Amino acid sequence: MKQHAALRTTARRRANVDASDRLKLSEALLGSDDLATCAQRSLDWLGRTVGVARAVCLVGSADHVTVLRPVASLGVRGGRVDSFVLDLEAHNDPLVAATVGLGASVFGRNGRVAPTTPLQSGRLIAVPLQGRQTLEEYPVGLLLIASADAEIEAQARWVASLLGPRLTALRTHQRREANERRILRERTLLYNIINAVTDPILLTDTEGRITVANARAEALLSAGEDESEGRRRAIALNNMLFSSALTRRAIEGAEPWRHELLLVDPVDGSDLLFELLSTVTVDPREGTGIVSILRNVTDLRRATQEIEENYRKLRLAEADARAERDRLDLIIDSVADPILVTDSNANIVMMNAPAERLFTADPDAGAEARRTVQANDAHFSSFVSNLFFEPGAMRRGGAIGLVDPRTGAPLPVEAISGKIVSEHGEVTAIVTILHDRTQELEREHLYEQLKRASSELEQKVREATAELTRQNELLRRSHFEIEQASAAKSQFLANMSHEFRTPLNAILGYTSMLLKGVTGELTPHQRRNLERVDSNAHHLLAIINDILDISRIEAGKMPLTVTKFELKDLVAEVLAEVEPIISRSRLAVTSQLESDMPPLKTDRQKVKQIVINFLTNAIKFTPQGSVEVRTHFVPERDQIAIAVADTGIGVSTEDRERIFEDFRQADNSPTREYTGAGLGLAICRRLAGMLDGNITLESEVGRGSTFVLFLPREVRRA
Amino acid sequence: MSPRRPPASKDGRPAAAKSPLILIVDDFADNREMYTQFLEFSGFRVAEAQNGHEALAQAFQLTPDLIVMDLSLPGLDGWEATRRLKADDRTRGIPIIALTGHALAGHSKGAMDAGCDAFIIKPCLPERLMEEIKSMLKG
Repeated sequence: MKQHAALRTTARRRANVDASDRLKLSEALLGSDDLATCAQRSLDWLGRTVGVARAVCLVGSADHVTVLRPVASLGVRGGRVDSFVLDLEAHNDPLVAATVGLGASVFGRNGRVAPTTPLQSGRLIAVPLQGRQTLEEYPVGLLLIASADAEIEAQARWVASLLGPRLTALRTHQRREANERRILRERTLLYNIINAVTDPILLTDTEGRITVANARAEALLSAGEDESEGRRRAIALNNMLFSSALTRRAIEGAEPWRHELLLVDPVDGSDLLFELLSTVTVDPREGTGIVSILRNVTDLRRATQEIEENYRKLRLAEADARAERDRLDLIIDSVADPILVTDSNANIVMMNAPAERLFTADPDAGAEARRTVQANDAHFSSFVSNLFFEPGAMRRGGAIGLVDPRTGAPLPVEAISGKIVSEHGEVTAIVTILHDRTQELEREHLYEQLKRASSELEQKVREATAELTRQNELLRRSHFEIEQASAAKSQFLANMSHEFRTPLNAILGYTSMLLKGVTGELTPHQRRNLERVDSNAHHLLAIINDILDISRIEAGKMPLTVTKFELKDLVAEVLAEVEPIISRSRLAVTSQLESDMPPLKTDRQKVKQIVINFLTNAIKFTPQGSVEVRTHFVPERDQIAIAVADTGIGVSTEDRERIFEDFRQADNSPTREYTGAGLGLAICRRLAGMLDGNITLESEVGRGSTFVLFLPREVRRA
Repeated sequence: MSPRRPPASKDGRPAAAKSPLILIVDDFADNREMYTQFLEFSGFRVAEAQNGHEALAQAFQLTPDLIVMDLSLPGLDGWEATRRLKADDRTRGIPIIALTGHALAGHSKGAMDAGCDAFIIKPCLPERLMEEIKSMLKG
C-alpha cells in the first residue's frame, strides 16, 4: 500500500505532463490484449512523451515466470536485444536485485555502476513491472531505460504502474487459457482412455445418478431419442439393476467391493454377466462419488461353468476310473499269479497281493525274510532291466529262481514281462506276471518218470518183441525142421512101403502058387486057411498103397495129369469097374446125369479114385436100399458136382469131421463091423484139395448119406 | 553066381531046351526063387542073378530070351545093368521087364530111360508076371 501511495504522489507531482498523453497510453494499453504490443506502446509513449531514446521491456513468459526475455525495445537493434535473458534465480545479478526490489533502481548515479544490458549505457533506470496485488511471487517484467534522469525515472514509474498490472493481467489470462487448453486436452485424453476401455466405467453420485459414463457404459445404460422400444426397455432394466446394486452398495461399507451384476445386452437381448467393482471417491469440491467398473465375466462365467461341468465330468470319470481301478485291483489281487508293474527305473510301482507276499516283508518279519525279499527283488529287477535294455523286444519270458519269504522254500517261477509304450514310443512301464512253476516242475518230474516208465515199458515190449521174433525164428526153424521131418517121414514111408512090398510080394506070390496047386493039391481046410492068408495079405497091400498115396500127396510128389474129358464117360467107367461089388451087394445102384454138362479139365485118374471111393463106401455102409450117382453143373460157381447118395446107416453129426481124418472110421473100435484102413476119405479130401475142389457131406443116421465132390470146371494148377 | 538050377537041357529034357530062357535078376532070394519056381512050373527055362554084375555075366553068357530086372540091387543097380545090356550088341535085342517095389514117380521113368521095355510094380503075382512075359515074347 505504501508503494501505491508513492505512485499516486508521483502522478500528482507530474501533473504538468499532459493528462491527455497519459489517457492516450491508458487507452493504448487497454486496446491491446497482447503483452508485446502493450510493452511496445509503453516504450513508444516514453520515447514520444519524455524523450527516452533507448529502452527495453523484459517479460517473464507464462510458462517460465523466472526467465525474463525482451518483448519490446526502443532505439536498440533487435538482434542485440533478442539474445538478452534475465534469470531471476541468479540472485547476484544487480538487475535481478533491481527487479525483485521495490521501486525503481537507478544506475550511474550515486556511484552505482550500471550492469551490462543491450542498451549499452552507463546510466540505467530499472523499473520492475508488477501487478496491482502482489499475488505473483516474481514481477511480471522489467523496464530498462538508458537514462538516469529523475523526471524520466518518475515518468517510468508511472508507466510501470500502468503497464505492470496490465501485463500481469494479460499474462494471468494467457496462463489460464493455456491451463484450460491443457485441461481440455487431458480431459479429452482421459475420456478417450476411458472410452477405449471395453469394460463399462461409471461415476455416480451418492444418489446413484450417473455423472460420468464411458462409451461402453452409455451403450448399456443410456438411451438416445432414436433408440428402439426394446432397446430402451433393456436400458431401463439395466439402470434399475445397476442402481439397485449401487444402493445396496451405498448401504454397505465404504471398502472397495465386488458384486456380480446381470445386465441385458440392449443390442441382442442376451444376458451379460458383469463383475461390479465399486470404489467410493471423496472429492472436496465434487463431493462423494462412486466409481464403478463393470467387468464382463459372461465368457468367464461360461468358461467357469464349463470348467465346473468338466470338473464334474472329471469327478465322475475319476470315480469311474477309481471304481474301475478298484475292480481291476480286485481282479489283479484275485489272480493267484503275482503281477508287478515296474517303472522305467525298474522300481516296482504296483503289485498285487500275491506279488506282495514275495517282494515285501512285514516290519516285524525276521531278518531272514527281509533278506529273502531283497534277494527276490534283485533277481526280479535284473530280469526286468534286461528287457529295458533290449530296444527291439516288447516281451521277454524266462525263469527266475525266487524264494518264498514265508516258508523259505525255493519258488521257481516263469516270468513274462511286457513293455507298456507311450504314444511317443517311450517305455513307460513294464508289466510282469510270474507263474509258479512248482507244480509244473512237479508235473514235468512226473512226466519224466512216466516217460522213463514208458520207455522202460517200451524196452520191455522191444525185448518181448525180440523174444517173440526169436521164438518165431525158432518156430520157423522148427517148422522147417518139421517140414524136413515131414519130408523125411514121407521118404521113410515111401521106403517102408518098398520094404513092405518086397516081403508082401513073396507072401502073395507063394500063397497064390499054393492056391493054384503048383505044389500039389490042397485039402479044403488048407485051401480055406490059405485064402484067409491071401485076403489079409491083399488088405495089407491096400493099406500100404493108401499110406503111400497120403505120403506122396504130403510130400508134394503126387503128380497131376490134367486132361479134358466128359464126366458121363468117367461115371460109366467107374460103374463098370465096381460092377462086381455092386452085383454082390444086391443094391439098386443108379446114375442120374445132367445133360449138357460142360467137359471137365482136370486129373481124370484122381476124380475117378474119389468117385470109386464114394461109391464103394456107399455100398459098404448101405445094408439095403439104393445108391445113386448124380452129376450137375453149378453155373454161379462154375463148378461141377458129383454126388453119391445112399440109404445106408448114415453118419452122426459129431462124426462128420472125424471120418475125413487119417485112419478113421466112425467106429474105430477093434471090434468094428466094417473093415478098411479108414484112409479113403482122408485121401479123397486131399485129392479134392489138389484139384481146387472140396467134399461135402449131408447125412442122417439110419436114413443115409450123400457125399458130394465139387470141382472147378478147370483145375488151375498145372 | 551060377544058377542054382541048371538049365533044363542039362536035365536031359529036350523039350525044355526049346522053351524060352528067362533071366530073373533079384537080390531077394524068396522072390527070385518064387518067380523061378512058378515060371519053371509053367514050362519056362529060368536062369537067376542076384546082383547087377551077375546079371550082366549071365546075360552075356546065356543070351536069355527075356530078362526080369529088379531095379534096387546091391553093387551095380538095375538101371545101370539095363543101360549096359542095351548098350551091348549081344544083348541089345533082349526085352527087359523092370520090376520094383518102389511105387514113387521117377522109378518108372528112370527105368524107361535106361532102356527097359516094361515096368511092373511089386507086389506082382507070379501069374501076372508070366502073362506079361508071354505078352512081351509074343510081341
